[in-house]
Amino acid sequence: MSRIQSSPAALRGSVGALGGFAIVTLLTFVGLMAITFFIGRVIPIDPVLSVVGDRATQEQYDAARVAMGLDRPLAVQFLAYVGDVFQGNLGHSVSTNRPVAEDLARVFPATLEMATLGIIIGVGMGVPLGVWAAARQGTWIDHLIRVFALLGYSVPAFWLGLVGLVVFYAGLGWVSGPGRVDIFYEGVVEPRSGLMLVDSALAGDWDVFWNALDHLILPATILGFFSLAYIARMTRSFMLDQLGQEYITTARVKGVAEWRVIWTHGFRPIRVPLITVIGLSYAALLEGSVMIETVFSWPGIGNYLTVALLNADMNAVLGATLVIGAVFILINKLSDVLYRMLDPRSR
Amino acid sequence: MTTMTDWLLDDSPTSRVQASLGRGYRMIRLLMRNPLAVIGAVILLTLIFAAVFAPWIAPHSPLGQNLSQRLLPPSSTHWMGTDELGRDIFSRVIYGARITLMIVALVAVIAAPLGLLIGAVSGYFGGWTDKVLMGVTDVFLSMPKLILALAFVAALGPGIENAIIAIAITSWPAYARIARAETLTFRNAEFISAMRLLGASHARIITGHVLPLCTSSMIVRVTLDMAGIILTAAGLGFLGLGAQPPLPEWGAMISRGRAFILDQWWVATMPGFAIIVVSLGFCFLGDGLRDVLDPKQGGKS
Amino acid sequence: MSQSPLLELENLRVSFPTPKGRVEVVKGLSFTLGRERLGIVGESGSGKSMTGRAILRLVRRPGQQDADKMTFDGIDLRRLSERRMRDLRGARISMIMQDPKFSLNPVMTIGEQIAEALRTHERLARRDVQARVLQMLEAVRINDPKRVMALYPHEVSGGMGQRIMIAMMLIPRPDLLIADEPTSALDVSVQAQVLDLIDELVRDKGMGLILISHDLNLVARYCDHILVMHAGQVVESCAASELHNATHPYTRGLLAAVPRMEETREELPVLDRSAWSGT
Repeated sequence: MSRIQSSPAALRGSVGALGGFAIVTLLTFVGLMAITFFIGRVIPIDPVLSVVGDRATQEQYDAARVAMGLDRPLAVQFLAYVGDVFQGNLGHSVSTNRPVAEDLARVFPATLEMATLGIIIGVGMGVPLGVWAAARQGTWIDHLIRVFALLGYSVPAFWLGLVGLVVFYAGLGWVSGPGRVDIFYEGVVEPRSGLMLVDSALAGDWDVFWNALDHLILPATILGFFSLAYIARMTRSFMLDQLGQEYITTARVKGVAEWRVIWTHGFRPIRVPLITVIGLSYAALLEGSVMIETVFSWPGIGNYLTVALLNADMNAVLGATLVIGAVFILINKLSDVLYRMLDPRSR
Repeated sequence: MTTMTDWLLDDSPTSRVQASLGRGYRMIRLLMRNPLAVIGAVILLTLIFAAVFAPWIAPHSPLGQNLSQRLLPPSSTHWMGTDELGRDIFSRVIYGARITLMIVALVAVIAAPLGLLIGAVSGYFGGWTDKVLMGVTDVFLSMPKLILALAFVAALGPGIENAIIAIAITSWPAYARIARAETLTFRNAEFISAMRLLGASHARIITGHVLPLCTSSMIVRVTLDMAGIILTAAGLGFLGLGAQPPLPEWGAMISRGRAFILDQWWVATMPGFAIIVVSLGFCFLGDGLRDVLDPKQGGKS
Repeated sequence: MSQSPLLELENLRVSFPTPKGRVEVVKGLSFTLGRERLGIVGESGSGKSMTGRAILRLVRRPGQQDADKMTFDGIDLRRLSERRMRDLRGARISMIMQDPKFSLNPVMTIGEQIAEALRTHERLARRDVQARVLQMLEAVRINDPKRVMALYPHEVSGGMGQRIMIAMMLIPRPDLLIADEPTSALDVSVQAQVLDLIDELVRDKGMGLILISHDLNLVARYCDHILVMHAGQVVESCAASELHNATHPYTRGLLAAVPRMEETREELPVLDRSAWSGT
């Protein structure tokens, strides 16, 4: 694993894996679109009515119906929908009066920034905690970490966000409150990547940078806590598997120091499966951001989604669902492929 | 007493009743040895108790407003304080146990059998049935559950029934996967072929033999999932998409308290503690059950 | 055998907790070992492997070990701090494990693993480590050691894996080598090679050897002294050459069950467990 040899056979294997990956991913995307299509066209309140209004005549109604293509068979409608999506056309948002795709492109970086810092915090704390728990299996430290991790499965994200605001913002004043930056820093930095930290650093405007970090750190830490829970549990169970192996005893027979037994012999083999776990958690953070963003008024995709939900803005809801779902699927499948390519035993 | 335990622990039980009672007894004994599982069981029993006897436990009415008693901090008369309409939060939390229990039970009753059936049929028949069913399952599985539930509720309209349906729709695929994996392990077993030779129909084998064998791993998984279901339901309530006011649903209560969070912290935080305790209870019990019912997985996660 | 003994064990006990209380898998084992070759024989579950691990103080939790006396070269192993014990492991007492498929780390190259055994105990320049590893690999008859060093364990055969194991355990030049079923995971065709190799290296370096095996013949061939273990206890202790005079019914039973080249028996006798008390 320390060096990845690229023999022709291994390369052919990864090309094959990539091909299979592309097909499976594509099929999953189509499945995702089928679901959003189904939600959008089949279940809800009559989409025609929401366009023409209650007082439209039957003729107006029928005309709108034909214009929207709703008189065609479902399969044809679905194909048209898939075509639209692939061209980046997600419809028009009623609440912002702009194309949904444009809206999403604008809000997505804010979510990405928060989720990325969140996963860094989650991995940075979850992995060592998991390893520690496994090394001390059955002791009170192990139990403490276990309960701490289970809390991550039991605490509502929105509640923890509120409590965090009360304690660290209102109470202790350690961090800044809701939003991405203070109001007077708003729009100071030209958005290039859309990531506030990157943009302000590029512009050399460190006031904005520190202010943005101050706003980001609390929601990202809370988000990170939820990935920590999963990462620590998985790390612990992988480590326990490893520490039960014969070659761990071999290392001890050699007189290798305990930290080296754990980190070199125990931890090294689980780095690859951990990649999958981290990928899954990262994807899950996108989902978790919906609640956190609502609480912190964070102008990301989660906030956009909840605002759209409350306004019954179906195009925006389905567009956001589709994008979050697509990113989720992509990260999932990518970490899967990465796993297969990096594991030396599969060579 | 000793003869009773001896009878229960007999290595060669003489009747079916003795065998299954003995198995149950052994399981409970193992479970009792895990302190976290015991705590979990106690929490859940308390939840059920609170839900059943809410009118007798709650000191005040969950809906009765008293505007002269608005936003009072926790005290001996109002253990968790009062909300913006002067309602006793403790009483509302107690009544909220009913809603939580109902959501959890209904989701389990809808999603688990659905997943179980799809998984068992898929694993039992194999071939194209399997490919198609598992393809659909995988599509659902690879999607974010909360987002999907949100989209469903958006389409169906807010409300507690729709929230339950949406959560159930997003929960079954995981159960289908487990049931299929379980079915595959004994699909080619001798006793299945023996049943076929005796002329039993597929439907009979699946309902009579395949499904019961999947239940133990199913119970473990459902228990572990309960925390997530509670959190999703509370989240929908928080966003105003689940239970509607004035129902004392915990997530919706937090949402109402959000407006007063800086000055009257207890309005939003108290229901949160209820959610945490109950979710933890399910996690603890689920972990313990897994160690007992599914020893293969015992060391894992 | 002449001067002070290499290893002295008195009343060694290893126990594991079960739902029905602690169960002893080694019940009071005692022996004294010089720079000689001791064989410990017994069926699986007789506690012979646990004895090997207990000498290194590597019985895993929740297992427990204790002894009235456990000295190695005058050092009281029971009192040694874990740190000092680690300095002893590998450097002075080493152990060859059963199956190279499981006992070699799958994601470390063979070179790294052997070098680690050396580097744990000796501060050496990188080049010297490399030279010692190559030399050791040659000593265990591995052709093209340079190439083998870069391989991962799953890329070599079982016999070669076990020779790598031997190299790894002998490179810090220990005084006592424990070999725990070193050949039972290997093809019959390479078993003798591996054992001959161990035997040769042990004799050359004047080490003590404890060979743990279920195979009475094999132990008799490679050892000076033999302990027969059954259910955690030593039931027979004799010189290898005296084995045919064994008195304990369990040993006699084992001996009788061994097939011979020139024999004409129709059926091999099955061990008759009612012949001795205890079980």
